[in-house]
Amino acid sequence: MAKSKVVTLEQAMEKCFDGMTVLLPGFVNCGVSETLIDGLMEKGIKDLNVISNNTSIKGQGIGRLVHDNRIKHITCSHIGNNTETVEKVVAGDINITFVPQGSLCEKTRAGGAGIGGILTPTGVGTPMQEGKQLLEWDDEAGQYKFVTADDPIKGKRFILELPLHGDVCFIHAWKADKMGNVVYHRTARNFNEPFATAADWVICEAEEIVEVGELDPDIINTPGALVDMVVQARKVEG
Amino acid sequence: MDAKEFIAKRTAKFFKDNDLVNLGIGMPTKCMKYIDPDIDVWFQSENGVIGMTGEPKEGEVIDLDIVDAGGAPTGIRPGGCCFSSFTSFGYIRGGHVDYTVLGAYEVDQHGNLANWMIPGKAAAGMGGAMDLVTGAKCTIVMTVHCDKAGNSKIVRETKLPLTGVGVVDYVITEKCVFHFTKEGMVLEELAPGETVENILAITPCDIIVSENIKSMEE
Repeated sequence: MAKSKVVTLEQAMEKCFDGMTVLLPGFVNCGVSETLIDGLMEKGIKDLNVISNNTSIKGQGIGRLVHDNRIKHITCSHIGNNTETVEKVVAGDINITFVPQGSLCEKTRAGGAGIGGILTPTGVGTPMQEGKQLLEWDDEAGQYKFVTADDPIKGKRFILELPLHGDVCFIHAWKADKMGNVVYHRTARNFNEPFATAADWVICEAEEIVEVGELDPDIINTPGALVDMVVQARKVEG
Repeated sequence: MDAKEFIAKRTAKFFKDNDLVNLGIGMPTKCMKYIDPDIDVWFQSENGVIGMTGEPKEGEVIDLDIVDAGGAPTGIRPGGCCFSSFTSFGYIRGGHVDYTVLGAYEVDQHGNLANWMIPGKAAAGMGGAMDLVTGAKCTIVMTVHCDKAGNSKIVRETKLPLTGVGVVDYVITEKCVFHFTKEGMVLEELAPGETVENILAITPCDIIVSENIKSMEE
C-alpha cells in the first residue's frame, strides 16, 4: 500500500532546528523552495549553516534568510546577484566559504553517494587549493602522490575535495506524487537533484501533488524513496 | 563600431556547426547576434541547459523556470534539453564544451586568467568560471585592451588571485587577437588601422608576432 508523505508546512518545520546544516538548491532564484523558506521565517529558525549555489536575489528565496540574519555560515559559489549578502559578508555578519560550482556539485554528490572525496583539477593554482590536500599523478609510478603547492610541478594536479552532507534538504518539485517521487521543470532542476541525495531528511515542496502511479517511472528525477515529506508549494508571483 | 560589439563580432567567428558553447554573462552574451545564421551552434548554460536561445523577444511567453547563467529569463530551442547541475558540470569538466567565453580582470603572458576576485574588494564568487576554464576545449577571453586608466589588461605576470593557471587559448580585444601556444603568446590578428608597433608598445609582454598576421575583419 502506498503511504502518503504529504504533510502541512508546520509538520515539515518540526524537522528543522536552530543551527542545522540545510541544503538549499536553486540557481539565483530559479528552483528555490520559497514555501519551505516561509516556514523557516515563520518559525524563527536561526544560526543556519547553509549549503547552496547562491543566495537568490534581495528579498526573495534565500535572500529573505540573509536579510533577517538567519544564516551563520554559507558554503556557495556565487553571491553576486544579491548585494545584501555581499554587504553582510563584508561586515562579518555571515561567514562564507566559496566553492567552485562544479566542485560544489561533486562534493554533495560524494556526500550523497558514499564517496570519501573527489579529485578535481578545478581550482588548482588558485586560492581554492589553500588548506586542501593536493595530489599529483606520477606517471612512472602509476599512482598519485600527495604534494604541496610549493613543490615543482611534475604531473597533472588535482585538489582533494571532501564530501558535503546536511541535516535537512529542501527541494522544489514541479510535480511530486504522494510518495515523494519528483519531476523537476526545465532549469529549476539545477541543484535540487544532487542536493536531494545529501541530507538526512529531505522535504519536498511541489507545485502540483499527484496520485501515486501518475508519474511515468522513466521521467522521475528524484525517487520517492529519498524523499521524506511532501508539502504543497504556494503560488509564487512571477 | 563600439569596441565591445567589435570584439563580440570577431569572437563569434570561432564557432562552427555543432559546437557546444558557453557564453559568460555580460560582454560574451553579445556574440550570439553575430553568429552566421548558417552555422548551427548549441549554447550551453551551466545551470543545466543545452540549446539556450537568449533573452525572450517581445511577446514571447516567459517561463521563470528557464534562466541563463545570470538568472535572467531565456528560452530553449527545438532540440534543446535540460539536466541537473552535476550533469552540467560533468559535461563542462569532462571536456564536452568546445568554447567557453569569459571576461577578465587580467590575463598574463602565460595564459593565466584572473576574473573573479580583487584583493581588498568584496568578491562575488567564482560561480562556474573555474570549472569552465579547466574543462572547456578552448577558453576565449573577451576584453577591452586597456582599463579606464589606460593600463593594459594583458600583463606580464598577474598578481591577482587566479581563476585558472595557463588556461587561456585566445584573447580578443578591440585592437588585436592573441593566441596562447606552447611557444608563447602570438599576435595573430590586428584591428583595422592598428599596427604591430603600437600593440608591442602598449602590451608589456613577450609577444611573438605571427609571420602571417591577419585583419580581424577577414
